[in-house]
Amino acid sequence: MKFTARTLWHIPLLLFAVTMVAPLALMVTTSLGSGHIALAPGDPLWRIFWPREWRWHNFADVWRGNVGIDAKVLAQVDFVRYYLNSIVVALTVTVGSVFTSACAAYAFARLRWPGRDKIFLAYLATMMVPAPVTLIPQFALMKHLADWLATAVPYVDWSGLRYLGSSAHAPLVGRLVGLDSFFALIVPGLFSAYGTFLLRQFLLTIPRELDEAARIDGASHWQTFSRVILPLARPGLATLAIFTFMGSWSAVLWPVVVTNLESMYTLPLGMQEFQSQGGTQWNLMMGASLLVLLPVVVVFLIGQRSFIRGLTMGAVKG
Amino acid sequence: MKPRKMPGDLRPAAAFLLPNIIGFALFTAGPVLVSIYLSFTSWDALRPPHWIGLGNYERLFGFHATPEGWRADDAEFWRYLGNTFFMLLVLPLNIAGSLALALVLNQRLRFQAFYRLVYFLPSILYGVAIFFLWKYMFEPNYGVFNALLERAGLPPLRWLEDARMAKPALIFMMLWLTIGGASMIIYLAALQTVPEELYEAARMDGAGWWAQFRVVTWPALRPATFFIFTMGLIANLQWNFDVAYIMTDGGPYGSTTTLVFYLYLKAYRFFEMGYASAIAWILFALTLAVTVLARRGAGETNL
Repeated sequence: MKFTARTLWHIPLLLFAVTMVAPLALMVTTSLGSGHIALAPGDPLWRIFWPREWRWHNFADVWRGNVGIDAKVLAQVDFVRYYLNSIVVALTVTVGSVFTSACAAYAFARLRWPGRDKIFLAYLATMMVPAPVTLIPQFALMKHLADWLATAVPYVDWSGLRYLGSSAHAPLVGRLVGLDSFFALIVPGLFSAYGTFLLRQFLLTIPRELDEAARIDGASHWQTFSRVILPLARPGLATLAIFTFMGSWSAVLWPVVVTNLESMYTLPLGMQEFQSQGGTQWNLMMGASLLVLLPVVVVFLIGQRSFIRGLTMGAVKG
Repeated sequence: MKPRKMPGDLRPAAAFLLPNIIGFALFTAGPVLVSIYLSFTSWDALRPPHWIGLGNYERLFGFHATPEGWRADDAEFWRYLGNTFFMLLVLPLNIAGSLALALVLNQRLRFQAFYRLVYFLPSILYGVAIFFLWKYMFEPNYGVFNALLERAGLPPLRWLEDARMAKPALIFMMLWLTIGGASMIIYLAALQTVPEELYEAARMDGAGWWAQFRVVTWPALRPATFFIFTMGLIANLQWNFDVAYIMTDGGPYGSTTTLVFYLYLKAYRFFEMGYASAIAWILFALTLAVTVLARRGAGETNL
């Protein structure tokens, strides 16, 4: 390697890299330790990067939700439940909203029908409206939905808790609709004006000749859409899927508003349970944090290219 | 190409659009209209809302005379508005920092991909787990920041438990989260589009690196800067709820309560849903105003 003045840039760049990684390293070190402190007085600084102990069973404690000091369990946290809730919600929202967005994008980008551009403009306009604006009406809808449905369609126990064999304390699937239901956690997330916009823009870049050829060969709209357009739009779909998954995985406000039952918590809410019981067990909290970050890292590694493309889409002409 | 019959595609279009448009009407368009209505009502989520006209907005913006002078009807609102603007400080810092990183990385250095990945890492992990990590690092007794201060022979700080320290501490965290994130990636991509000839021309005119940056790079990056600023603004104004919720609960003494968090408090702790709806619309107006101002600022200097 040739040594030039430019090589000197590696010194600040490397130092900066170390400071960026240090907090994450601290997270790992703490999660493997036995107490609150990763960096005790007198410890050298590199202790942040290399654990003193390797208490792997901390992760087992987190997974089982045993919050306590050493062998003494002080509280139980239903971590697995929160994890499953989060996975179910994030996956359903991702698959569902990518599908509805792609369908709508096809109608906006490929079909001709009266009023198309006006309706698309309405979609665009609502992208400007902040989520907090729709928060309260959406909450009100969820709060009253069961009552309204009960008037419209009686004989169905719309607001009853579903047990399916588990205890009343932790119903397996929450309510059918309304607050404390998977319905509330998932359904509002299935439709995205942003996703529709993103995919419409993407579909416009696919040459029309390709799907027109399919149409001339006698393919129905559905066949054209699913056999020609969707495979070609895969990079766009992947981008939207990753953003949707990450957004849903880390969502706080909506789950806070629509869940009261602990068994319906998603991870962002459930993690708080680790701190409420007689002070925070920071080693367990950091272990829980690592487990929460795991799917995010996996999704990022799988879809790195699509993710980066999504970031620069619209920002850079080129 | 022969023109198609207009209504020909209407039926398939309706089929493709149906799921999305029902959701759109039910969870976006409808709620927007309902929210406008609710902002003119007083509603506790139990009894039906009742119409109070501009009452909520009067309470938000109103002033009344006291023996000591004029006082705001809702002094908290003004304070939290101030907090909201204070938290926007992260934007210029983020833009300056990520631009600097992008400029350094853009010289053809070895290990560029490695640095880019490492700087980018925190931003993809954005979420509750990272907020807890920083809450831990700020912790006065066990946290790593006080441990470092102690080593440097400095007195410990209360960080998030100190009303004066909490906002700068959160800004610092947000900077760590976002400095190597989307903005750096966007700048890196934008730097690729600056024509090399412009630099050559500038160098021939005897421009040093600062003059080159001022005359060539910065103007060429203006669309990217505008995009980063606007997106950051919207995110900052509307999405900083989770930070306050997890890390400080808006405290100490409301020092980290922003308008979104105030909206949440009013709606779900005090059950003033109508009042909270009015706050939401002020948030909307604020987003719109600052975006338009930014666009005008970007446009005027674009000549």
